[in-house]
Amino acid sequence: MSARMTNSRQSIPAPMSAFQRHALMMAKQQSVAASHGHLLSSLREQGASEFERATWPGRKLEHWKYTSVQALQSNETAVWAAGSSASAECLATQLIPMHATRLVFVDGVLDAAASDTMPEGICLFSQADNLATDVIEANLGKVAGTVDPARRNLFASLNGAWTLDGLLIHVARNVVLEKPVYLVYVSTAQHNVVANLRTLVVLEQGASAQIIEHFLSSEHVSGNNGFVNTLTEIQLGPNAQLHHTRLNLEHEAAIHVGAVHVNLMRDAVLNGFTLSEGSQLKRIDYQLNHCGQGASLSFDGVYLARHDQQVDYHTCIEHRVPNCTSQQVFRGIVGNKAKAVFNGRIHIFEDAQKTLAEMSNRNLLTSNSAEIYTKPELEIYADDVKCAHGATISQLDETALYYLLSRGISPANARTMLSFGFINELLSSLTIEPLRVWLEAWLRNRFSEDRSLVSDIKPATDSGAEP
Amino acid sequence: MLDIHELVAKVEGKQILNGLNLSIKPGEVHAIMGPNGAGKSTLGNVLTGRAGYDVVSGDVTFNGKNLFELEVEERAREGVFLAFQYPVEIPGVSNMEFLKASVDARRKHLGLPELSSFDFMKLARECSQKVSLDPAFLKRGVNEGFSGGEKKRNEIMQMMLLEPRLCILDETDSGLDIDALQVVAAGVNAMRDSARSFIVVTHYQRLLDFIVPDYVHVLANGRIVRTGDKELAKELEAKGYGWLEKEGV
Ligand SMILES: Nc1ncnc2c1ncn2[C@@H]1O[C@H](COP(=O)(O)OP(=O)(O)O)[C@@H](O)[C@H]1O
Ligand SMILES: [Mg+2]
Repeated sequence: MSARMTNSRQSIPAPMSAFQRHALMMAKQQSVAASHGHLLSSLREQGASEFERATWPGRKLEHWKYTSVQALQSNETAVWAAGSSASAECLATQLIPMHATRLVFVDGVLDAAASDTMPEGICLFSQADNLATDVIEANLGKVAGTVDPARRNLFASLNGAWTLDGLLIHVARNVVLEKPVYLVYVSTAQHNVVANLRTLVVLEQGASAQIIEHFLSSEHVSGNNGFVNTLTEIQLGPNAQLHHTRLNLEHEAAIHVGAVHVNLMRDAVLNGFTLSEGSQLKRIDYQLNHCGQGASLSFDGVYLARHDQQVDYHTCIEHRVPNCTSQQVFRGIVGNKAKAVFNGRIHIFEDAQKTLAEMSNRNLLTSNSAEIYTKPELEIYADDVKCAHGATISQLDETALYYLLSRGISPANARTMLSFGFINELLSSLTIEPLRVWLEAWLRNRFSEDRSLVSDIKPATDSGAEP
Repeated sequence: MLDIHELVAKVEGKQILNGLNLSIKPGEVHAIMGPNGAGKSTLGNVLTGRAGYDVVSGDVTFNGKNLFELEVEERAREGVFLAFQYPVEIPGVSNMEFLKASVDARRKHLGLPELSSFDFMKLARECSQKVSLDPAFLKRGVNEGFSGGEKKRNEIMQMMLLEPRLCILDETDSGLDIDALQVVAAGVNAMRDSARSFIVVTHYQRLLDFIVPDYVHVLANGRIVRTGDKELAKELEAKGYGWLEKEGV
């Protein structure tokens, strides 16, 4: 049963999908605590009303053209996750060993036993003191709220409608957080559960931090149909610096829809990295806004999809003011019958002279039934800008392959090395060494586990040394 | 060791080698000189089996085997080594991993046990020191961001690690300063023995002061047009290649 839009005129709302109706009902089931409810009420109300009016994703909706939300569409049995804790085994095998402030959330709920104590500036919304309350009031919903309503993702609205609590990371003026903040989000095998995560990061002027968001599934997952909906809002004050890494390594049965919204004020610097494996449904939106002159961002992303997985990255970089730079590099490998989408939008406003924007997206397809949809979307309204973009779907480099073979390395091994290297190259931008080392090992393991991500498709010209 | 008989080969439909003959015995060093575009690199590519370099006719025997019946990687394991004129950068694949995989493949072919990571590290460090390459380069991507000279030294290091039977050096000296040139030459000379042969492609006589060849050949228009000893290299350096063509050889 589909709720596909039959009438696209905005004034007449399309009929809601079963999931939309159910999701709004779930929002009503939540009991908002009196203590901090006032902080959230307008976010919740606005989110619910946007979500109610939103058109359910389908092929006719430009930003959902290639990604099926079938897994959610008719789900009327989703329930709020019951609190649980992460198993010791899960933590021992899947956590990245590093010196960090670690906070573990299980199905959306903080697992205090598995977490470090929160340092100054970090708290749940529900435990906010006066200062934190002021920070939340001033920023929550404000970063994501600047997105053009016509382009707003209905799941971001849903995240607002469902926000009952959240995590605040506030770094005061000129404070340097020495330890990385390591946020671990575990999805358990509870059937058909929903977790809603809301995170607000505020770096005041001159502050500096490193944040890692790591999504994973506890180990014994079979047929898990859990849905995680996340929204991370980040406000970077003047001269603030943030390293932000987001890893989506959940089980392939998981459904994850997530967004990261960042505002960069004058001379702020963002170093972003993201890596996702595909799943039944994985859709991640990055909205990065240059709001103050001299701000700069570099942003590297990786997606790996195999089996029947799908993964969909939509990025949007808005150069709203002059003299900002953005450098974006995404690479993906898609195998078996998997499907990947990369939609990279760069919007350079009329005032944003002297913008420097670069975007590159390269893909390897390792099977003839794999699909990749890559689409640059450039809107440039200023004339004195440098903007370069490129998107390719390619094969392994033949010269590199020949070089390896000429040293006696077998073709199979050479192709594995080159496919691995194609992704591994991007890991070099990770500055937290234990994180990079862990991820490289994870990647190596992924490539040795099966050959679905290794480009074995024969190059066009075959060995020509036969007489 | 190597017998090339009337070799004719095409690249992208264009005939480059036009009946080339060359015979090399174990332990010999043969220098090949010749104008740009003569087909020197093509010869190296054909001998190693690079895709796109098509043999039209002729045959090549390497230690009694028909070379053209072997795949690229099989030729390498049999001991054919080409030091590339333009070594390839492969970011994301560490030099160490690349070298280990190469050595593992060669050793396996020779029936030798795989080296442990520890033993390999030790060996790789020794070799990198021999070519004056900081061992830190082992951790970097294959040739990634290496200078021209560092790339060439990396090629020589691979030659040392793989201990090939036939080493083809394609303009390994081009672009090297005198110090790097001596490092490369010392590496080659240290490996010279009665069982190992070399083809040294160069434009410059000065390399041959350090690596003294048994024969010097001139390759022009896809054939060996003149063969002599090291004095020929000096003559070429002084007179260029034009006089050969005028003599109609
Ligand atoms: N991959 C290739 N594609 C097209 N032409 C090539 C290729 N490799 C070599 N050639 C051509 O073959 C000829 C010989 O080149 P090469 O063997 O590189 O000469 P040398 O090394 O003696 O300078 C040149 O005309 C060159 O342009
Ligand atoms: Mg050449």
